[in-house]
Amino acid sequence: MLGLIGKLAANGVVGLNERNCQYIMRYNPRRLYPLVDDKLATKRLAMAAGLPVPELYGVISSHREVRDLPTIVAAHRDFVVKPAQGSGGDGILVVSARVKDRNVYRLVDGSIMGEDDIEHHLSNIISGQYSLGGHRDIALVEYCVKFDATFAEHSFRGVPDIRVIVFRGYPVMGMVRLPTRRSHGKANLHQGAVGAGLHLATGRTTYGVTGNTTVTEHPDTGAAIAGLQIPQWEYLLQFAARCYELTGLGYLGVDIVLDRDKGPMLLELNARPGLNIQIANRCGLRPRLELAEAEPAGASVEERVAFAMNTLATAAPALN
Amino acid sequence: MQGYKIWVFALALFLIGGGLFLYKWRGLGYPLLPEEETRIWTVEATLQFDAGERSMPVKATLHIPGLTPGFAVLDENFVSRGFGFTTRLVAGGRQVQWAIRRAKGPQTLYYRAVVYKDPAEAENDTTPPFPTAPVLGEPLDTALQELVAQVREQSADPASFTVELLKRLADSTGDQNVGLLLAGEADPTARARTAVTVLAAAQIPARLMRGVNLVDRERQARIVPWLEVHDGDRWLYFDPATGAQGLPENFLTWWRGDDPLYTMDGGGKTEIRFAVQRNEADPVLVAERRAQTVQSRIADFSLFSLPIQTQAVYAVLLMIPLGALVVVFLRNVVGITTFGTFMPVLVALAFRETQVLAGVVLFSLVVTLGLLFRFFMENLRLLLVPRLASVLIIVVLLMAVISIVFHQLGLDMGLSVGLFPMVILTMTIERMSIVWEERGPMEAIQQGVGSLIVAAICFTVMEIDVLKHLFFVFPELLLWVLAICLLMGRYSGYRLLELVRFKSLAAPPG
Repeated sequence: MLGLIGKLAANGVVGLNERNCQYIMRYNPRRLYPLVDDKLATKRLAMAAGLPVPELYGVISSHREVRDLPTIVAAHRDFVVKPAQGSGGDGILVVSARVKDRNVYRLVDGSIMGEDDIEHHLSNIISGQYSLGGHRDIALVEYCVKFDATFAEHSFRGVPDIRVIVFRGYPVMGMVRLPTRRSHGKANLHQGAVGAGLHLATGRTTYGVTGNTTVTEHPDTGAAIAGLQIPQWEYLLQFAARCYELTGLGYLGVDIVLDRDKGPMLLELNARPGLNIQIANRCGLRPRLELAEAEPAGASVEERVAFAMNTLATAAPALN
Repeated sequence: MQGYKIWVFALALFLIGGGLFLYKWRGLGYPLLPEEETRIWTVEATLQFDAGERSMPVKATLHIPGLTPGFAVLDENFVSRGFGFTTRLVAGGRQVQWAIRRAKGPQTLYYRAVVYKDPAEAENDTTPPFPTAPVLGEPLDTALQELVAQVREQSADPASFTVELLKRLADSTGDQNVGLLLAGEADPTARARTAVTVLAAAQIPARLMRGVNLVDRERQARIVPWLEVHDGDRWLYFDPATGAQGLPENFLTWWRGDDPLYTMDGGGKTEIRFAVQRNEADPVLVAERRAQTVQSRIADFSLFSLPIQTQAVYAVLLMIPLGALVVVFLRNVVGITTFGTFMPVLVALAFRETQVLAGVVLFSLVVTLGLLFRFFMENLRLLLVPRLASVLIIVVLLMAVISIVFHQLGLDMGLSVGLFPMVILTMTIERMSIVWEERGPMEAIQQGVGSLIVAAICFTVMEIDVLKHLFFVFPELLLWVLAICLLMGRYSGYRLLELVRFKSLAAPPG
């Protein structure tokens, strides 16, 4: 066991306690949390800074307004309902089609929801069933991202998203999360999605992980995980790096989606990003975090991304 | 900087807690282990007399223990039907006086003292003044002077003087002076009495004292004379019969001086008897008493000063921090996920009544049935708070039904289900159903089992008798728990289960 600890430490694997103690508590002031824990606040912030986000169709903030849903989505065929303060992707509904006159909704995973069901779901969101502390919450109704053709072979019904860990403004590690049948089209690793590590310099996928085990093929489509090229990689890294100035949070998980028509959009920010990204990249975070920590503050977005692609990418090679 | 502060703070807590603990343990004698018992002795003096045929006033006095080197009095009482009594300090120590206006026939008066060993007790004694030289009249004065001169010749200090003197007094045939002074009486009491006189002539303060030897059980304990000599610094004790220095191991001083043990005014056929009985006592009681006698404020702040029912509450409450510490360890060092941070501690408290196996069975039963109901309610489209309330009501009903059914089946374990924290159960059911729907049944069951395992471990730790005893008698040990908690709050190493999670990353670099 001590040998295992020694090997993990030597490979720079960061554990939850270390992440909380050394990075989150030091670099993420608590007063900034509401900016990322409330998706509506994040969205407003990003819009003010000129970062593209999925268009907000409407907000449902009281039980009375639940009945307004048909009006809010009247002009849209598909949409997403999510709790503003949800965590880990809980409570998100992706509606892919609507039978207009009967108000019956078809979800992205193929199931059907009646008007009653969706209204119940909305009132659960408002009551705080999915919010972090069980507080009252609001439901966001927003644009449903059309996924980019890049991922046609690598996704089961949902929209893949790209997670980049940004530390002090430096992108240090990235992965793409591919929805599966098990994850019901959601892009969350602990709901069963596949995470694929991304080479920081090139934006090419390397290894895959589902749960805590490595995979080489997408479990539903059978496509090879490795070798997929993410388009506009440098731009995506700059996009992620800008979120540091946006929030002021030093240790940040940035989730970006690629839309077929509208390009990269900021989906959400996370002040406590998970650590499975290390398994997907077969690489520990610590060497890169330490390098980025040693850099002086005040570098521009372009400089930081260049540093990430040139220095951080080669700092800790992937493990066997 | 942060790390350095936390170590200093933790160390301070550790030292304060440890210091208090050591003082109470070593200094005041609070017991370290629950089964430890302190020896106590009950000594009973029975004074019997006959007041005669006609009713008449009776007054009796009896010396009772006052200053008792090596022992402390835990409790004493006087049993004397119809008699009024007072205690007072007299030259020989303490005395009780019983009095009655009219008494007839045989009467019995009791004095009972409960004593325990306390080495600190002797230090309360005072330094006596130098005695005045005795005037006995010739030829005794000359004999006294000669004896003092001879003994002084062959001794160096009060102790050796006394030993030499007692040796000469023991052999009254050889020395004419000794024979004269003893005046024919040769029993140890007379020798001790004579020794006090000779020592006074030599300017050495001395006292005759009488006491009883405390044995395991003795219905007719004898009064034993002893000689106390002050060497200018402290009191020394000598056996007047053998001249040996020191007190017997279990010698309880009863009174000092040459006064009689009791006086009787108005009664006849007086008889006194001493009975000794050894018992075991709760050492905490003795320690509390000791703390009071040395005027320590500690005893005032002790939990034992609370009413018994409140004490029982705190006996449980003081174990909760320990349960919390176990939770911290299992979550942050081992990495087990549970429903709700401290839910396992509360469930563990309920296990105290049900025991682990029955507790786990009952808990699973209530949660499973509650979950079934919760899934059924999902179809009813209730708002969150009314739904929680409904689950709570169902939980209470389930508990009642389980109790009744188990009782009908003749199984006692079902009765204690009522002690489960219902609100916690309700929240557990709610959260479990959400995890079930959002993350799948596997994760929900995994977290549920994890919670139960943590609860069982908490229970096991919180039920260790030695720990229960230690935390109740030494609540300052909670400062240690706090210190450990603080240090664990800065633990940034891997969690045990993370080693499994990241196992694939233990490969050599490629």
